[in-house]
Amino acid sequence: MTGKAGDEEALVAALKDGNESAFAALVDRHTPTMLRVARGYVPSREIAEEVVQETWIALLKGIGSFEGRSSLRTWLFTVLINIAKRRGMRERRDADVAVMAFTGGTVDPARFRGSDDPYPGHWLPNEVPSPFPDTPEGSVLGDELITLARRELDTLPERQRVVVTMRDMLGLDSAEVCELLEISVANQRVLLHRGRAAVRRVLEDYLRETP
Amino acid sequence: MTTGPMDCNELVELVTAYLDGSLDLEDRARFDTHLLECDGCENYLQQFRSTVATVGKIPFDELDPTFRNRLINAFRDWS
Repeated sequence: MTGKAGDEEALVAALKDGNESAFAALVDRHTPTMLRVARGYVPSREIAEEVVQETWIALLKGIGSFEGRSSLRTWLFTVLINIAKRRGMRERRDADVAVMAFTGGTVDPARFRGSDDPYPGHWLPNEVPSPFPDTPEGSVLGDELITLARRELDTLPERQRVVVTMRDMLGLDSAEVCELLEISVANQRVLLHRGRAAVRRVLEDYLRETP
Repeated sequence: MTTGPMDCNELVELVTAYLDGSLDLEDRARFDTHLLECDGCENYLQQFRSTVATVGKIPFDELDPTFRNRLINAFRDWS
């Protein structure tokens, strides 16, 4: 990480001098993830691209005063999210309330024993989860599961999608995600858990049907 | 929060908190104790870990060369 951070410092310094290849290197490094995150806020890829472009231009305009107190990645994502929020067509507040108001479980309650059972709340005998198989890199099943996970991720409610993307695809930690999205630790955890649980459910359904 | 033994339907909602290490010590102990005697939940935890790993393998979209050029041109216009 230190090597990469140092390398990034050198690129930022070169960018301040107007070096185009430094700009291109930073674009290549950060743009794919920026598009992915922007896409969580706006309705189309085209608008996501505009948001990303606006973010890079904001960096160019502000690079002279960029002091590296936060990492470039944090800076980029903070600006990106602000721009994306402004461009977002969907009514975000309603979505937030809906997430927090929903108190149901993430596993079908029909899989657990009822209150009249000696072991209420435990798995019913024919509903006990089985372990997912190991899938070696590049195996057919492994690729199928990745495709399914991706498809499900794209259908998640946007805040869940953004949190799962940041945590599990980009590898940001909980504190970074809370800061970027301005949400509480508890809210972040709920969104992450619901999103992951939805993906798990799809994978399990698929594996149960596959002999 | 209850302090008795943990049931399966409670455990499944705490997996993310467990994996993040953010359960308090009491709940963590109830979680671990339950896992010791419940294969179903052990498997559920394995499924969850496997799910997180699978999401981590989703490839990023390729950077579209046309869009990349647009960004580089924006740089040239600016500098």
